[in-house]
Amino acid sequence: MTDTTLSAPARTERVTNFRFSATETLKHVCLILGAVIVLLPFYVMLSYSFKSPSEIMTNTGGFFGAQELFRDDYCIKLGNEVADCMVKPWIYNYTTAFSKAPLLRYLMNGVIVTASIFFIQVLVALPCAYALAKLRWRGRETVFSLVLFCLLIPVHAIALPLYIMLAKLGLTNTYAALIVPWTISVFGIFLMRQFFMTVPDDLIDAARMDGMSEFGIIWQVMLPTAIPALLAFAIFSVVAHWNDYFWPRIVITGTRELFTPPLGLREFKGDADGDNFGPMMATATVIVTPLIVAFMLAQRRFIEGITLTGMK
Amino acid sequence: MASIALKHISKSFGDTQVLKNVDLDIHAGEFLTLVGPSGCGKSTLLRILAGLEAPNDGRIEIGGAHMNAVRASERNLAMVFQSYALYPHLTVAENMMTPLKLRDLTMLERAPVVGPILARKKYHALMGQVEATAKVLKIEELLGRKPGQLSGGQRQRAALGRAMVRKPVAFLMDEPLSNLDAELRVHMRAELVQLHQSLGVTFVYVTHDQAEALTMSDRMAVMRNGHIMQLDTPHLIYTRPDTLEVAKFIGSPQINVFEGEAANGSVRLAGKALSLRVDPALSGPVHIGVRAEHLLIEPAARAAGLSGKVTYQENLGSDVFCHVALMDGKAKMIARMAAGGGKSFEVGDEVNVRFATEHALIFGRDGARLEVESKAKPEPLQRKVA
Repeated sequence: MTDTTLSAPARTERVTNFRFSATETLKHVCLILGAVIVLLPFYVMLSYSFKSPSEIMTNTGGFFGAQELFRDDYCIKLGNEVADCMVKPWIYNYTTAFSKAPLLRYLMNGVIVTASIFFIQVLVALPCAYALAKLRWRGRETVFSLVLFCLLIPVHAIALPLYIMLAKLGLTNTYAALIVPWTISVFGIFLMRQFFMTVPDDLIDAARMDGMSEFGIIWQVMLPTAIPALLAFAIFSVVAHWNDYFWPRIVITGTRELFTPPLGLREFKGDADGDNFGPMMATATVIVTPLIVAFMLAQRRFIEGITLTGMK
Repeated sequence: MASIALKHISKSFGDTQVLKNVDLDIHAGEFLTLVGPSGCGKSTLLRILAGLEAPNDGRIEIGGAHMNAVRASERNLAMVFQSYALYPHLTVAENMMTPLKLRDLTMLERAPVVGPILARKKYHALMGQVEATAKVLKIEELLGRKPGQLSGGQRQRAALGRAMVRKPVAFLMDEPLSNLDAELRVHMRAELVQLHQSLGVTFVYVTHDQAEALTMSDRMAVMRNGHIMQLDTPHLIYTRPDTLEVAKFIGSPQINVFEGEAANGSVRLAGKALSLRVDPALSGPVHIGVRAEHLLIEPAARAAGLSGKVTYQENLGSDVFCHVALMDGKAKMIARMAAGGGKSFEVGDEVNVRFATEHALIFGRDGARLEVESKAKPEPLQRKVA
C-alpha cells in the first residue's frame, strides 16, 4: 500500500510535465519558423564560406562542400605551376579574404571606431542622464522633451548637412569623420536617465555627505550601479556602428586605410572576373564573429549585472 | 560633540510650504527625536541641517558656527538613511573607508592602483580606523562582504559604521529602523541608545514611530504641518501634552476624547460635573482626554459612569485593549487592561466606563490644554465620572 501512495505524486508530476498543449505548440512552431527565417541567411553565409566556386554556382555539396581540391586561376595567372595552385576550398576562401583585402586592418578600424564612439557616448551620456534624472534645475523637463524629440530624427535625414559640415572642416577621410557625428547619443542619454531614475536618492545623498563632488558621484557611484544598463546600451551602440555601412561609405571616399569591415565586403563585389562569393562570405563570417562572441559574453554578464542591482 | 541651533527655518517646495519658521535648539550630546506623521517636514528639517537641502529662510548653527553656506560634507555630520544607502558595488570595508578617503586623502592618493602604492601608510591608518569601528559594532567578519550579501540588520550596522568611522560632531538618522522587522527594531533601539551613551555625541533622530521617540530620546519634538508643536522630554509630552493634537499623536492606543461642557469653573460630562476645577471664566464645549490605561471598565450592574458596549478586544499578551462603544456607538473608547487581571469581558457585554479625573486632560475648543485643579485626592482609578 505504501508503495502506491508514494509513487502516486511522481506519476501525476510526469503527466503534467508532458501534457500536450495546442497553444504552447503553436507558439513554438511560430518561434521556430521565425528563428529559421532569421538564421537561414547566416547558414548560407557560413556554408558558402566553406564551398568551392563551382559548388556555390551549382548549389551542391551540402553544408560543408566536398572539399575537393580545385584550381586557383588567379594563382596560375601569376605564373605558378598548376600543381602548386590546387587548393582546398575553405582554406582558399579564408586566406583570400585576409590576403586580397587588408581585412585585419579593417577589423582594427572597426574596433577603433566602435570603441571610441561607445567611450565618448558614455562620457557624454552619463553626466547628462544624471543631471536629467537627479538634479533639480529650471528647464529640466523642457530639455528632457528635447532629448525625446531628438530620438525621432532619422540619421539619414541629417546625413547630408553633417557631411557638408565635415567636408568644410576638412575632416572627411579621417577617423574623426567616422566617430564625431555619433558621439552624442540621445538614445544613450534617454536609456541611462530612465535607469538613474530608479537609483535611490538616498545613495546620492549619502555620497554627498561623504564628501563626493557631483562628478565624483557620477563616476564612482552611478557608473558602477549602472553597469547592466550600460551593457544593454553597449550592445545597441556597438552593433549599430560595427555594422554601419551607410555612414562610412559617405565619409570615407579615398583611402582603403580607413575602411571599416562592412566597407571591406565591397572588395569582392563586381570584379572583372565576376563575383567571388566564397571569399566574400568568408569575410562576412569573420566580420560577424566578434559581435556574436561579444554578445555571448555580454549575455552572461547581463544576467549577473541584473542580479547585482538587488540593492534593497 | 556640538550644540545645534536652527533659527526661523522656512522651506517650501513650489507652492507647498513644508517648514514654517521652525526654531530648534539641540543641546550638545543629547538624543533628540523629531517625530510626526509623514509629510510633517521632519525629514526636510533634518536634510536642511545636514546641508542636503537649502532653507528658503533661516539660520543654521553647529557648535556656534554659522553653517548655511557650508557644504554638507564639511559640516562634519554623519547621516544614516532609511534605505542604508550603502554603495552596492563596494565591500563593507570599502563603504566605511569612502568618507575617510574623501576627507583625508588627496585626489592623487585616491586614484585606483596608484593611490594605495603612493600612500600606503595612510591607507593602513584608515583601515585601522575602519577595523576599530567594526569592532565596536561587531561587524568585523562582514568587512569583506558586499551589501547585497548582508541581512537587513547587518546592513544597518554597516551604515552605522560608515557614519561613525569619521567621528562626526553629530549623527543624523532618518528613520533608520523602519526597514527592519519588529523584533530587530526593538533590539536595535536599545543598541542605538547604548551607542549614544558610549559615544556621547549629539544624535538627531527622525521617526514617525512614536514608540521609538518615547523610548529612545532625551527630548522629543513633535512636528505637524511644518511646525514644532511641542519640544520636551518624552515623559512630559506623554503626561502633559500642550495640545489635543500632540495628545492624540503620542500614545498608543490613541487617547480617548470625550466631549464635555465647561461652565462656572467646572466641567460637565454627560450632564454630570467632574471633580475638577477649571478657570471660571471658561465656558462652552471642551475636550476631555483620557489615556487608555486610565479608563476603567466595569460590569453594567454597578450603575455608575457612562454605559457602553464591548465591540472588540485586542489581546496583546500582557495587556488587553478593550474597545467600547458609548452612547449607542456615537463615541468609541479604548481601555487598556492587564491580561487575566480579574475582570474579563466578552464582545457584546454591556459595561460601565469610568476614569480617574486627576488623570484627565482638559483641552479648550482650540485644542490647547487647560490647567486643571483636581478636587479629588490622587487615588488612581477610584474616582467616578459622576
